[in-house]
Amino acid sequence: MKEIVVISGKGGTGKTSIAACFAVLAREAVVVDCDVDAADLHLLLTPRVVRRSEFRSGREAVIRRESCTRCGICFDLCRFKAVAAPGPADGDGSYAVDPASCEGCGVCVRFCPAGAIDFPERLSGVWMVSETRCGPMVHARLGTAAENSGKLVSTVRREARRVAEETGRSLVIVDGPPGIGCPVIASLTGAALVVVVTEPTVSGEHDLERVLALARHFGIPAAVCVNKWDINPGMAGRIEALALRAGAGLAGRIRYDVEVTRAQIECLTAVETGAPSAKDIAAVWENVTSYGGTNGID
Amino acid sequence: MRVAFTTSGDSLDAALDARFGRAPRFLVCDTDSGAVEVIDNQKGMDAAQGAGIQAAQTVARAGVQAVVTGHCGPKAFRVLSEAGVAVYTTDAATVAEALERFRSGGLTEARSADVDGHWV
Amino acid sequence: MIIAVASGKGGTGKTTVAVNLARVIGSPVRLLDCDVEEPNAHLFLSGEASERETISVPVPAVDESLCDACGECGRFCAYHAIVSLATKPLVFPELCHGCGGCALVCPRGAIREVDRRIGVIEIRNADGIVLVQGLLDVGVAMAPPLVRAVKAKLVPGEHTIIDAPPGTACPVVAAVRGADFVILVTEPTPFGLNDLALAADMTASLGVPFGVVVNRVGVGDGRVHAFCRERGIPVLLDIPDDRRIAEAYSRGKLVVDALPEYRGHFERLLERTREAVRAS
Repeated sequence: MKEIVVISGKGGTGKTSIAACFAVLAREAVVVDCDVDAADLHLLLTPRVVRRSEFRSGREAVIRRESCTRCGICFDLCRFKAVAAPGPADGDGSYAVDPASCEGCGVCVRFCPAGAIDFPERLSGVWMVSETRCGPMVHARLGTAAENSGKLVSTVRREARRVAEETGRSLVIVDGPPGIGCPVIASLTGAALVVVVTEPTVSGEHDLERVLALARHFGIPAAVCVNKWDINPGMAGRIEALALRAGAGLAGRIRYDVEVTRAQIECLTAVETGAPSAKDIAAVWENVTSYGGTNGID
Repeated sequence: MRVAFTTSGDSLDAALDARFGRAPRFLVCDTDSGAVEVIDNQKGMDAAQGAGIQAAQTVARAGVQAVVTGHCGPKAFRVLSEAGVAVYTTDAATVAEALERFRSGGLTEARSADVDGHWV
Repeated sequence: MIIAVASGKGGTGKTTVAVNLARVIGSPVRLLDCDVEEPNAHLFLSGEASERETISVPVPAVDESLCDACGECGRFCAYHAIVSLATKPLVFPELCHGCGGCALVCPRGAIREVDRRIGVIEIRNADGIVLVQGLLDVGVAMAPPLVRAVKAKLVPGEHTIIDAPPGTACPVVAAVRGADFVILVTEPTPFGLNDLALAADMTASLGVPFGVVVNRVGVGDGRVHAFCRERGIPVLLDIPDDRRIAEAYSRGKLVVDALPEYRGHFERLLERTREAVRAS
C-alpha cells in the first residue's frame, strides 16, 4: 500500500482542490482529509457518512467549584496560564480552568490540596468514514480550539490504511494540513511520496524551502507542483530551480484558472467540469504516479 | 527466553506488524517452553505522542529479553536498550517465520534505530 | 489597541491585511508575526533584523547521584517525555511541554529544568513598523510556547497588529487570546465560508469581538456575506478580486504602496475596526 501526501507549506495554494482532482483521477484510491483544523475536501467530494466516531485525546483539568478553597496553588503552578483567578464578577470566587489553554499536564490536579480538580478525558472532535463518488473517504472535524490535531491526523491515516486493506485498494491519497508543525509531521511520516503544491509568490518560495527541509528530515521523496504558475512565470522558474537544488522532483505546472472556483461552487473538481486547468492537473497526476516510491508500508 | 513479536493478530501464523510503537499487539513467546502469550498495546495505539516509548515500557514490564519487529525508531530503541531488551528487525511475513529465524540465529541484534521517529 | 488578524483557512490574504493595516495605522505600531510555522510578514517589509533572541522551553535534566529510580516522574508525565524503568530516567526533550511536573513530583529533588531551543524571535524596524517575528525550528512540533513568546514582546499602549497562524487549533488560540478585536479574513467561496464559520465559533468561544474582511470579492458567490448578515457579524471591508493585487503580493509589495487607490480601503478598515472596538 502506498500513501501519497499533498501538502503546501503556506495555505491557499490550491492543495485541497488538487488533492480532490487526484482522488477523481486515481479512481481506485482511499482519500483522507488530514487538514483537520480546516477540513474542506468534503465540500468537493460530498461524502455520505457511513460511520462516525468520537475522538478523545488527552485530558483536561476541571475545578469543582464547590470544593475549591481558593488557595491559588493551581494558578501559581500552571505554566500555560490556563487557570483564571476569581474575578470581581465571580461571586463565590473559585478558580477556573480555561479548556482552550489547558495542555492536560495534570500538575494542578496533583497538587490541589483540596483534591478539587477532576481530570477527565477530553472530547476533541469526531472522525468519519464515508462514501464518495470516487471511493471511500476518511475525514474528521476537530472541536474548535481543541488540542492534539497531530493525533487526530494519525487516527484518520490509520483508519484510511485499514479501509484500504479491507477494500483491496493499494493507494491512499492524503490531503495534508498547512504549515510544518505537528499535524504535518503526523500526516507525512512513512509516506511514499510528498507532493508539494506551491504558488509563484515570495511567500510560496520562502515556505517551500521549509517544507522540503521537513520532507528531507524524514527521508521522504518530494515532487513540487507550481499552481497558478502564469501569475509570475519568472518566480515559477525560480521555485522549480529551488526545488531541484533541494533534491526534489518536478511534478509540473498548473495554470491560473478561475474555473476552479466555479467548480468548487458546484461541489465538483476541476477535472470533472472541463476547466482549462484540468489538462495541467492530469499531466501532474501522470508524473506523480510515475514516481515509484519505495518508502511505503507494504 | 521471552521474546516479543509485533503483530495485529493473536497467534503464531498471524502477520508480523512492521511497526513497533503503533503495533496493535505483542505476541510473547517463551523459546524454552514454547508458551505463547498475547499482550495488548492499546496504550501505545492511544498515545497522543510517544507511542514507541509507551510500547517499549509495555514490553519491558512484561519481562521480555528481546523484541522482534519490522522497524524500530530511535525513542523506542533508547527505552528498550536502557531496559536491557535486545532489538531484532526482520522482514519476515509472519510471527512464526520471524520466530524460526530468531531460533536459528538468522537475525542479528540491532545496534541502533533503523528508522526515523514517527515512521508510522 | 490590539488587533489580531486571523483566518480559518490559509492563503486568504491574512498577511496582506495585517501588513497593509500596519502601514496605514501610523507609528508607533508593532506587528507581531505569530504565524511561527510560516512567518511571511517580513517579506513585505524592508529592514534587517536588529535583535535576535533564542526561545527555549524548560525540559528536565536528571541528577543521577540523587535519583533512586522510583519512577514517579515517568508515571506523572502525560506526554511520555520522561521514562523510568527501574533505572535512571530517560528524557525525550522533543516531547516535553515544559509543565514542570516531573521536577515537582520527584521526592528526592533530583530533577532540575534546563533550556531546550525551539526557535528564534527577530525584531526589526521597517519604516516605522516594529516587526516582531517568531520562527519555529524545522522539526519542532510545539508552536504555542513560541507564539506566547512573540506576544510577550507586546508593549502596552502601543498599536499592535497580530498576524495569527491559520486554522482554529492551539497556536491560533495562543495568538488571538487577549486581543481587543479579531479581524477574520475569508474568501467568498464554499471553502472560505466553511472555514469562516469554524473561525467565528473559535473566536466567539474566546469571548473576543470580531469582524470579517472578504478578500477577492467577485470570484465566488454571495453566501459569505449572507452568513455574516444572519449571524450579525460586521463585514469591515470587501477587497475586490484584482489580479494586480495578486501580482503585487507575488513580488512582495504592499498593496497600499503598489496600488495607492487601495489606501482608502485599508483606512476605512481601520476606522470601522476602531468603531467596532469602541462599540464592544
